[in-house]
Amino acid sequence: MTGEQILDVRRLSVSYRSDGGYVDAVRNVSFKLGREKLGIVGESGSGKSTIGRALLRLLPTARITAESIRFEELDLLNISEREMLKVRGRRMSMILQDPKFSLNPIRRVGDQISEAYLTHFKCSKAEARAKTIDMLQAVQIRDPERVYDLYPHEVSGGMGQRIMIAMMLLTDPDVVIADEPTSALDVTVRLQVLNILDRLVSDRGIGLIMISHDLNLVRNFCDRVLIMYAGQVVESLKASELSNAQHPYTQGLLAAQPRIGGGRTPLKVLDRRPEWKEPLEVQA
Amino acid sequence: MKSINVKNLTITLGDGPKAVTILPNVSFSVEPGECFGLVGESGSGKSTILRCMSLLFKQWKGEIWLGNQSVRDMPLIERCRTVQMVFQDPYGSLHPRQSVRTVLWEPLRIHKLDRQKERMERAITEVGLPVEFLDRYPHQLSGGQRQRVAIARALILEPSILLLDEPTSALDVSVQAEILNLLADLRARKGFTYLMVSHDLAVVDYMCDRFAVMQAGDIVEILGRDALEDNKATHLYARQLIDASLEYDSAI
Ligand SMILES: Nc1ncnc2c1ncn2[C@@H]1O[C@H](COP(=O)(O)OP(=O)(O)OP(=O)(O)O)[C@@H](O)[C@H]1O
Ligand SMILES: Nc1ncnc2c1ncn2[C@@H]1O[C@H](COP(=O)(O)OP(=O)(O)OP(=O)(O)O)[C@@H](O)[C@H]1O
Ligand SMILES: [Mg+2]
Ligand SMILES: [Mg+2]
Repeated sequence: MTGEQILDVRRLSVSYRSDGGYVDAVRNVSFKLGREKLGIVGESGSGKSTIGRALLRLLPTARITAESIRFEELDLLNISEREMLKVRGRRMSMILQDPKFSLNPIRRVGDQISEAYLTHFKCSKAEARAKTIDMLQAVQIRDPERVYDLYPHEVSGGMGQRIMIAMMLLTDPDVVIADEPTSALDVTVRLQVLNILDRLVSDRGIGLIMISHDLNLVRNFCDRVLIMYAGQVVESLKASELSNAQHPYTQGLLAAQPRIGGGRTPLKVLDRRPEWKEPLEVQA
Repeated sequence: MKSINVKNLTITLGDGPKAVTILPNVSFSVEPGECFGLVGESGSGKSTILRCMSLLFKQWKGEIWLGNQSVRDMPLIERCRTVQMVFQDPYGSLHPRQSVRTVLWEPLRIHKLDRQKERMERAITEVGLPVEFLDRYPHQLSGGQRQRVAIARALILEPSILLLDEPTSALDVSVQAEILNLLADLRARKGFTYLMVSHDLAVVDYMCDRFAVMQAGDIVEILGRDALEDNKATHLYARQLIDASLEYDSAI
C-alpha cells in the first residue's frame, strides 16, 4: 500500500436472500486501499461485484455485515442514506459490469453524462455538453458528436464501457471501483484507457479498485492483487509477484491462460477442491 | 456441416441526416467446420455483422448464405436450428422475468425436441453451473454466470453454425478454459462452424483457423492463425493490433 489510507474494510460479509434463507456471497473480506491500484481477480461468481455494490450500498435486499467500513472520515456502515447520496457517484463511484444496462435505455448517452456532471457541479448545459464531448474524445471514441446523440442500444460494447469511464472521470471521485471496465476494448484502445486511469491515481491520488479477469492487465497495471474464491479472499499478493502465487486456485488460473503461439492441446482446467471453501482469513 | 458466405454486406443505421454507413462493403467466407475470428477496433462493426447474419438487423443489402441457402429465404424454425448467437451483453439478451429453466426450455418446446429435462441438465452442467441454477433469474446471477447461461441456450439446439460475440470475456480464465475446450470439442465431434468475435488474440490463436481484422467498418486483412506469433500482417492497423497484443501477452 502506498500513501495514506482511503478505505479500510474489515470483515465484510454479504448474503443474498433466497427461498431457504440467506446464501453467503462474500465472507469476512478485509482489505485496505491507499492511493494505489488494487486488483481483484477470482472465480466467476466468487463475490467480486458484490463487494463493490455492498460498499456503495446498492444492495437493498441483501444482508451486509462488517466489523467496520471506513471511507476517509466516514463510517460507511452507519451513515444515513442521505449522507450516502453525497458519497455515491461523487466521492466514490463504480463502473458497473454491464455498462449499457446501467444507463437509462430511453435517453441519449451524452445527455446522461452531462446530467451526471450537472448534479455535482454548477455550470450551464452548454458547458456540460462541451465537457462531455471532450471526455468522450479523451477515452478515444471516434466521432464523439455523433455518439453523444446515440441511445444506449446503439453503442457498441466497448463504447458503452468508455461512456461509463467518461461519466466517472467527470465527477472527479476519490475512490473508483471499476468492474471489468475494459473487457470489451481492443488492446490498443485498452492501453490508452488504462493510461488515463493510471494518471488519475498518480496525479490526482485516487484509490482505484480494478475488478478484472485479465491476468496480464492485473499484473502490469495494478500494484496489489486480491484473489477471490467462493466468497473469500484466498490470497493477497504484490501484482509483480503474481507468478509466485501459493494458492492452488491462483496457480490453476495462471496455468489456464492461453498464449499466442501456445498450441492446441486442451487448455488446463481446474480441479476445484472442497477445502478451498473452508474459512480462512487473509489480511490485505 | 455448413459454410458461411457474406458478399458485399452493407448497412446504414440511423435516420435522415444522422444516418451513418456502418459497414460500407464487407465480404468473407467461412469453410464448413471452420472457426473464423473477427477482431479489431472497438466500434468497427463486428457485432453489427453478427446482427445482420441473425436478422436482428434486416435493412442490410448484399448476400448472406448459410450452406446453400440465403438467410433471408430460410423459414424461421429452420434458421434457428441452423444458426444461434451468443451476445456480447448477456444481461440484455436474457429476459429479466424468465428463469434459467424457461430460457433453456423455450427453444426445446418450440422445436419439439425430446428428452427435455435431460437436455436442460446437460446444457447447464456443460457450462459449469450446478443444476439448481435452473431456478434462478438473471438478476440473481453474476456477470459470468449470465454469460454461461447464454452459451447454454445457444448450444441447446445444437445448431450447425454458432455466432459467438466475445463469449468468454466475462469469465475468469479457468472457466474460460472449460468453455473453450467445450467449444473445441463440439467442433471436432459435430463439425460445428463458428464465427467468433474476440479482443483476445490468444483466444483467437487457440480457437480459430483464420481471422479477419476490422477497422472502421472494413475488413482490412484476413490472416491465418500462423500469422500471429511472428506478426505476418501487412496492413498497417492489423500489424499494430497484433504487435500490441504480442506485447500485452508477453508482459507475463
Ligand atoms: N440478487 C442475488 N440473489 C441471489 N444470489 C445472487 C444475487 N446476486 C448475485 N448472487 C450470487 O452471488 C454470487 C456472487 O456474485 P457476484 O456477482 O458478486 O460474482 P462475481 O465475482 O462478480 O462474478 P463474475 O466474475 O461472474 O461477474 C454468485 O454466485 C451469484 O450467483
Ligand atoms: N442501432 C444503431 N443505430 C445507430 N448506430 C449504431 C446502431 N448499432 C450500432 N451502431 C454503431 O455502429 C458502429 C459499430 O458497432 P458494433 O457494435 O458493431 O461495434 P463492435 O465492432 O462490435 O465494437 P465493440 O468491440 O466495442 O463491441 C458503432 O459506431 C455504433 O455506434
Ligand atoms: Mg461480477
Ligand atoms: Mg461488439
